Amino acid sequence: MSKRRRIISVLMENEPGALSRVVGLFSQRGYNIESLNVAPTEDDSLSRLTLTSIGDDLAIEQITKNLNKLIDVVKLVDLSEGSHIERELMMIKVRATGSMREEVKRSVDIFRGQIIDVTQSTYTIQLLGDSEKLSAFIDAVGESIVLEVVRTGVSGISRGEKILKL
Amino acid sequence: MEMLSGGDMLIRALADEGVDIMFGYPGGAALHIYDAIYRQDKVKHILVRHEQSATHAADAYSRVTGKVGTVLVTSGPGATNAITGIATAFMDSIPMVVISGQVPSDKIGQDAFQETDMIGVSRPIVKHSFMVQNPADIPEIVKKAYYIAASGRPGPVVIDVPKDYTAPNETYEYNYPESVSMRSYNPVQKGHSGQIKKAVSAILAAKQPVIYIGGGAIHGNTPELVTKLIKTLGYPITSTLMGLGAYPSTDEQFIGMLGMHGTYEANTAMHKSDLIFCVGARFDDRVTNALDKFCPNAKIVHIDIDPASISKTIAADIPIVGPADTVLQQMLPLIEKGKDKVDSAALESWWKSINEWRQKHGLYTKNRFDDQSEMIKPQEVVQAVYKATKGEAIVATDVGQHQMFAAQYYLFDKPRKWVTSGGLGTMGFGIPAAMGAQFAFMDDTVVCITGEGSVQMCIQELSTLKQYGLPIKIININNQALGMVKQWQDMNYDGRYSEILYEDSLPDFIKLAEAYGHVGMKVTKREELMSKLEECFAMKDQVVFMDIYVDPDEHVYPMQIPLESVGDMQLSKTERTA
Ligand SMILES: Cc1ncc(C[n+]2csc(CCOP(=O)(O)OP(=O)(O)O)c2C)c(N)n1
Ligand SMILES: [Mg+2]
Repeated sequence: MSKRRRIISVLMENEPGALSRVVGLFSQRGYNIESLNVAPTEDDSLSRLTLTSIGDDLAIEQITKNLNKLIDVVKLVDLSEGSHIERELMMIKVRATGSMREEVKRSVDIFRGQIIDVTQSTYTIQLLGDSEKLSAFIDAVGESIVLEVVRTGVSGISRGEKILKL
Repeated sequence: MEMLSGGDMLIRALADEGVDIMFGYPGGAALHIYDAIYRQDKVKHILVRHEQSATHAADAYSRVTGKVGTVLVTSGPGATNAITGIATAFMDSIPMVVISGQVPSDKIGQDAFQETDMIGVSRPIVKHSFMVQNPADIPEIVKKAYYIAASGRPGPVVIDVPKDYTAPNETYEYNYPESVSMRSYNPVQKGHSGQIKKAVSAILAAKQPVIYIGGGAIHGNTPELVTKLIKTLGYPITSTLMGLGAYPSTDEQFIGMLGMHGTYEANTAMHKSDLIFCVGARFDDRVTNALDKFCPNAKIVHIDIDPASISKTIAADIPIVGPADTVLQQMLPLIEKGKDKVDSAALESWWKSINEWRQKHGLYTKNRFDDQSEMIKPQEVVQAVYKATKGEAIVATDVGQHQMFAAQYYLFDKPRKWVTSGGLGTMGFGIPAAMGAQFAFMDDTVVCITGEGSVQMCIQELSTLKQYGLPIKIININNQALGMVKQWQDMNYDGRYSEILYEDSLPDFIKLAEAYGHVGMKVTKREELMSKLEECFAMKDQVVFMDIYVDPDEHVYPMQIPLESVGDMQLSKTERTA
């Protein structure tokens, strides 16, 4: 069975220990987590967690079933099953000296990023997009000038009228 | 409105929940709670000799009654000692609530004296856990804990309570909730009717069917419904180690336990079947053997309350998520009154094959061990115990060869009589489990079938048995070795006996039993086995420790051959299936 990257979006009780149960489940059952992000929602009794994992259908089915079994998990959806939007924020600090300054700036423009901090020898750039775009940017500027990368991990939401809510 | 301290609320909530007995061990962080216990008489507390035993006793109490077991321990070492028992209950889906004291809330995280992160340590082996954040929440947390433990797929729940939240000087309004509803937890109540229809057609269309039940078939009135199903269909039924007793073992349609040490007829029937109808079992590796060789022709219908147990190892063709009893109740009328009928000609020839397998290598058509040997055989001991107790005892076991012999030769006709650690295989379970079972049924005969290895893991409970006058009968099948390990070393390591022998260091179990105020008896000869056992079971008010010396070289057979199919078995030291 072919492996695919999935985005699982989880609505869970905003309780102490809830996050550790989700993370624990992954290590306990040997599932992999590519990225994970979590924050409270407009209803502060709930957190929204997005995680990405790579697996075949069977593995993903087990992951979603076991997540659903956690008492703190209220609802979840595998966003990758339908049409959806995914975004990730990256802040990246690169060495930018001499002619590189112009070149990096050009790449930032092409990728529609913003330079949010500048020193004589560095740029700090903010970039928003899907994970592929962020990775493509790193490739474009070249890893050799990259000093530091911070990525939030993927957040996702369904397209159209579909919502994940209580 | 009543005002109570956190400690009083906790114990009162237990009483209001209907808890009549709890097993525990005191310590610093739990002292306020123990003081609350002292000042009431609704919930009886049993002082064990080790926290592991408290969890096993509560677990067994649950297994024999169907109620939720309750445990109370202190923080740190008390909590960690409880871990093995929590894991044991978790693996066998036994409902249990474990209350652990915790260091005072302002000391949490400071490596305070006897501080252990109990919520963290127990996380992978609980169904859920609660850390009390506010003493006023205690009644609601208790209510939720019992609800979660008992409903859906049952399991252990931990409540960790910081000491200051149980202090007597602050009081709160006490109000025990009548019910709970949780938006994030709603176990399935019923099976999907479309799936049930499909399942019924598949089941009735089968020509070589096997019904395979597990621990999930013990719950509620599933045993009666399974019996009704089997009688209606006329199909053969097999059970996992955990499901024994849900269907009467002495009934003709029962073809024995399946799996690693299952009967030849059960494993062979599974392998050749064209339909497996699984009720409350989980196709675990002690049953399936190699997954890629599992029952190649079988269509799989699987009822389970836990969706994650379905298609985990073996893909189900027709999955039904729901409580086994409700689903069977939905199913039976369709089988009885529907237009599809059992293919009786096919069934007759299926039974003919099964009965041939029974005759050929079955455990119950004749003794498959040498019953004329010089030494007593372990199998005979179980047969004799079965006879002496008329098959009506509650039997708790430890883990090893003796456990498998008990499963094979003590034929349970009723559910909740068989108390064994299946999923975790916890040595040390036997005595505390027998203790917990005896507390539930003071007038019943409770037997602990154990080995000289396992019995030493929780032997200190001989003292608890004395204190509370629990007359369990300990049948120590003494093969002078860690027999099950020895068997594997015989079969897979050319008989290199690494660390399984005691070199004459075994205690004199008779003297040991006597030191604790019990009766001990030693048996070494076949001629005296039955009479000594009868003598033992006649001592209604006494703990009797029977130290029975058996052939140290006996193996448990059948035994599935690793990496092969369900039906590939070693049948004796010299024979294996073709
Ligand atoms: C706590 C624990 N430790 C180790 C094991 C591994 N183990 C399984 S059976 C067994 C031997 C048990 O010996 P004994 O109780 O004498 O039973 P026998 O097999 O001889 O009947 C061992 C060591 C286990 N199941 N549990
Ligand atoms: Mg032994």
